[in-house]
Amino acid sequence: MKDYELIVVGGGPAGLAAAAGAWEAGLRKILIVERDVELGGILNQCIHNGFGLHYFKEELTGPEYAGRFIKRLAGTDIEVLSDTMVLDVTEGPAVLVSGRECGCRLIQADSVVLAMGCRERTRGAISIPGSRPAGIFTAGTAQRYINIEGYMVGSRVVILGSGDIGLIMARRLTLEGAKVLACVEVMPHPGGLSRNIAQCLNDFNIPLYLSHTVTDIIGKDRVEKVIVSQVDERRRPIPGTEMEFECDTLLLSVGLIPENELSRRAGIEIDPRTNGPVVYGSMETSMPGVFACGNVVHVHDLVDNVSDEGERAGRSAAEYVLGGDKDAAPDGKAVSLKNGEGVTYTVPQHIYPSAGAADVYFRVAHTFDKSVIRVLDDGEEVLSFRRARMAPGEMEKITIPADKAAALKGTVTVLAQEA
Amino acid sequence: MYDVAIIGCGVIGAATAYQLSRYDLKIAVFEANNDVAAATTKANSAIIHAGYDPVPGTLTAKLNVEGNAMTEEICAKLSVPYKKVGSLVLSFEPENDAMLEELLRRAKANGVPHAAILTRDEALAIEPNLNPEIRGALYTPDSGIICPWEYALAMAETAVRNGTELFLSCPVTGLAPEDSGYVITTPKGTYRAKYVINAAGVHADDVHALLEEPDFRITPRRGQYYLLDKSEGGVVKHTIFQCPTKMGKGILVSPTVHGNLIVGPDAEDLTDKADVSVTAAGLVMLGNMARLSVPTLTTRNNIRNFAGLRAESDSEDFIIRESENFPGFFDLAGIRSPGLTASPAIGRYTVGLLEKAGAKLTEKKDFIDHRERIVFRDLPFAEQQKLVEKDPRYGRIICRCETITEGEILDTFKTPIPPVSINGVKRRCNAGMGRCQGGFCSPRVHAIIARELGIPMEQVLMEDEGTFIVQGETK
Repeated sequence: MKDYELIVVGGGPAGLAAAAGAWEAGLRKILIVERDVELGGILNQCIHNGFGLHYFKEELTGPEYAGRFIKRLAGTDIEVLSDTMVLDVTEGPAVLVSGRECGCRLIQADSVVLAMGCRERTRGAISIPGSRPAGIFTAGTAQRYINIEGYMVGSRVVILGSGDIGLIMARRLTLEGAKVLACVEVMPHPGGLSRNIAQCLNDFNIPLYLSHTVTDIIGKDRVEKVIVSQVDERRRPIPGTEMEFECDTLLLSVGLIPENELSRRAGIEIDPRTNGPVVYGSMETSMPGVFACGNVVHVHDLVDNVSDEGERAGRSAAEYVLGGDKDAAPDGKAVSLKNGEGVTYTVPQHIYPSAGAADVYFRVAHTFDKSVIRVLDDGEEVLSFRRARMAPGEMEKITIPADKAAALKGTVTVLAQEA
Repeated sequence: MYDVAIIGCGVIGAATAYQLSRYDLKIAVFEANNDVAAATTKANSAIIHAGYDPVPGTLTAKLNVEGNAMTEEICAKLSVPYKKVGSLVLSFEPENDAMLEELLRRAKANGVPHAAILTRDEALAIEPNLNPEIRGALYTPDSGIICPWEYALAMAETAVRNGTELFLSCPVTGLAPEDSGYVITTPKGTYRAKYVINAAGVHADDVHALLEEPDFRITPRRGQYYLLDKSEGGVVKHTIFQCPTKMGKGILVSPTVHGNLIVGPDAEDLTDKADVSVTAAGLVMLGNMARLSVPTLTTRNNIRNFAGLRAESDSEDFIIRESENFPGFFDLAGIRSPGLTASPAIGRYTVGLLEKAGAKLTEKKDFIDHRERIVFRDLPFAEQQKLVEKDPRYGRIICRCETITEGEILDTFKTPIPPVSINGVKRRCNAGMGRCQGGFCSPRVHAIIARELGIPMEQVLMEDEGTFIVQGETK
């Protein structure tokens, strides 16, 4: 007898939805392990609204969104171990935890859902030249300082990267009285959602410099100024285009990386395109009984999709535990999905044709106007979907209907083309 | 009145204080920064060199080989991360082969215990990711990797534990001889010492100039680095050096004691003794040069770039001597590479110089020559469990990337030289030095510092004075 039927690693939106999904699908011994003191994950520091439009059909703040799920769990016997870190996930499966209250121990389970989320790329990841003074923050760290700790990080700010957290922070800092001088994006298109460009930059007259990057940071103790240069189509700075911004703070919103140190150490197969575990339609990973969902699998832009994915992982874990068919090799009858032209990855990477309709998530490589998404089975087109507009900053989803899924035989390719 | 005043607490000042604190002497160390090991010592290749490089007969050669031999024991006693991983110097061109022969000759002349020239195949057999086009390599098992700032910190802490007084944020602004020694002026007050040791690194000429125009000049020679994620830490197992080629002087690729991979340094002579910025051109060059040794190396998983300044002098050798015009004043200057390796030997050699100058050296009976530090993640599971049972704060992970617990962070405040900044905490227990670079843990460490030092959040520093992080409360 294992300690639990399911252990969920991480109590953010993905983990909360997974636990709820598993409970509603019949599991009764569920444990959530959360490293922070509170459940909710990064939602707790996202005090702006705009969450839940799809899932709850209303606009909530991050803490409110998390609150809905926490309330949903309150009516269950799901256990929570907070302020506790999972140090290792091992075969069995089992998790090794460490925390102030629970000490160091190994907990056995019939199944595990990985929901560790993601972390921000840092200055080092993009090797920004210059000095190393105080005043350089990733956008999420600045968000934590401002919204959780209650401290301002600076008064004249340049933001590098137009990811959603950076955009949200441009507005937040402005509302707190700081002057946001510029948002600088190396790509020719914004990294975040269009609605955030409109509501967080345009509404506050904050200039967005596309195809630009920070090429120097100057300052001995604290940031004094940053140099911004235009880049060419290969993202190399163009000499002579330098602009100087006097500022005390540089915020970095230059991408998120799924946090898979546990998965890698456990030997779970990782997709280099997503930096997340390779998953089946059920969200099962390459390790039997271990599922994954949310930003640990691929970086989402809407928490609503994270919740859907989390519930799916939780339900699948319940089926796995209650179905008793634990020896069924998951990859026996699966087909593989590949990204074709214009598409950078797909999740899931494998689906079972027999498992019914299949939702497939992906991102496009560049902006598309009127376009078509094609699904090929060994080169033969089986489905196509029209789109008015697509952008890398907005995750796309298609659904392969059950009858079409059942007929899939070879390698399935998803590609995007201008119509 | 102190017996000895040491100016500068980088690894040279720290090692000298450590060696001197064995004796019944009243010692003061003056450090301009708010922490020890805060300049050259924290930003270098972190290599313990075997000693095949320096020209035989020089003080550099002697102290390199002696220092190398002393490292292992000191690190064991003082809990400093150190690994004898060995090194390879690669030959790429026919002219390089003669260079390897010359290095082998020097190794023998300098007394390096083991060194041999490997064929291409032998080198590739022990280091499969090397460029298959290498011609051969000089191999020595005697070189190692170390945590340089913890090395200096451990020696400084031990000196303090044995009675040495350390003055931080205390630059020496004046030096004047008097009958029985020297008067030392600092912003914190005036002090007197019989002997003064100048271990001021890139500022050694400036410190000497407080007494007289020095006959040497220190040029800050900047070296830039990549520090790659632990995912790349196993790309090579040895420290890989290059013979100079048409492409440049050569850079190294090495594992670090923390499990990362370090790539660097370039060499650029500057005039500004505080300029440790990195440049786009410098970094591109490092990547290209590193791929000459390891063609598959990618800097995509870089976690941090940094630069350090070597104290390059106009002398070929280390400048370690008593001043002719000012007896009792000693320069430890121009300590370029392999200064980190030589540091304990320099300390010991300086003890000898003081003795020759007439200092009375009586060994302490109760000298404390050990230092312990709890490293949660390195403990076996059963011991981790026991530790957390005893003190639950060791169960609470604050830095996720490096698995550093609240207990370990709190321990740093109980050491003889407690931290005063976020980077000070990082240097003492590694919190924040992982792949997220403090993104998650720095607000938590920040709050712990405020609490432990009893200061408001706004006054907590990232590094030295002026490096404030937050500006006041939100609306």
